[in-house]
Amino acid sequence: MTLWLTLLGMGLITYAMRLSLILPAQRVALSDALQRALRYVPPAVLAAIIAPELLRPGGALDLSLGNARLLAGLLAIGAAWWSKNVLVTVALGMLALWLLQLAA
Amino acid sequence: MLEARPPTRRAELQAGIRAELPIALGVLPFGLIYGVLALAAGLPPGAAQAMSAVVFAGSAQFIATQLIGGGAPAPILLLTTFVVNLRHLLYSASLAPHLRHLAPAWRWLLAYLLTDEAYVVAALHYGRRETAVAHKHYYFLGAGLTLWVSWQLSTAAGIFLGAQVPAGWGLDFTLALTFIGMLVPTLRERPLLLAALVAGVTAVLGAGLPYKLDLAAAALAGITAGYAAETLSRRRAA
Repeated sequence: MTLWLTLLGMGLITYAMRLSLILPAQRVALSDALQRALRYVPPAVLAAIIAPELLRPGGALDLSLGNARLLAGLLAIGAAWWSKNVLVTVALGMLALWLLQLAA
Repeated sequence: MLEARPPTRRAELQAGIRAELPIALGVLPFGLIYGVLALAAGLPPGAAQAMSAVVFAGSAQFIATQLIGGGAPAPILLLTTFVVNLRHLLYSASLAPHLRHLAPAWRWLLAYLLTDEAYVVAALHYGRRETAVAHKHYYFLGAGLTLWVSWQLSTAAGIFLGAQVPAGWGLDFTLALTFIGMLVPTLRERPLLLAALVAGVTAVLGAGLPYKLDLAAAALAGITAGYAAETLSRRRAA
């Protein structure tokens, strides 16, 4: 029971944040500064999720060549830059990860 | 009339589905792994699936399974969900000007579908000045529903598979790769690149902060850096 109520609470919290500024009928004035700052939300959030996945795969900082996720991730960054395609990036990154793991 | 006719509702819906499809496919392994992890953490299958429908936010769900597996109490779960999903406030603010003219039912529905992956696709579409505004919410709907379906189905598949996906496959890495594919092509301006670099470095240095606060702190640092860089370059240009 507690679990289900907790799930419901988590859902309500998430939904409330998603709805908060969309629902009001009146214009919620966003300052120019805030609107400019909002442009940086997606790159900052995405990078904050990606970086530890590459640099701390086991939970500790690993900058060595033995870090397969770092090498595969760097290759994926190159693939993403040139291809601009998410699926190509994922496919090449996973392929690189598996090959590196086999080689290790 | 020389003006091009605005795209129809159906065309917008289909365009939204098409734009979201590669991301929705990239999310499939992630949903699969979530399902596997949720069962491993001791969640009943029904609750694991319900979390995907009710919370519908991948990173928060992953962290929740970790916390539930570790026996964390409800208040910690709620607080963590709040912090990890704070960014949705900003997504909401960002899209609000484009959705204000819609009936409330539309806004309730689209808010439910406002995930990271739908936000990125919808925000890019709303940012395109050359397309007419008339039916852009159908594009958002198409993108949001596509992601919703892929998330629910992949969660269900993960629950069915249980622990049959060997951890050695490293399928969880597809999350980072998907985000790399979304992020990197957008970093063509220096302030955006700086925002990503500062956020990434902060996240690595701050890893291990309690309750995933490192994510919020890193995002805030990145946003500040990007904003400051943009302000500086504007002053120089002026």
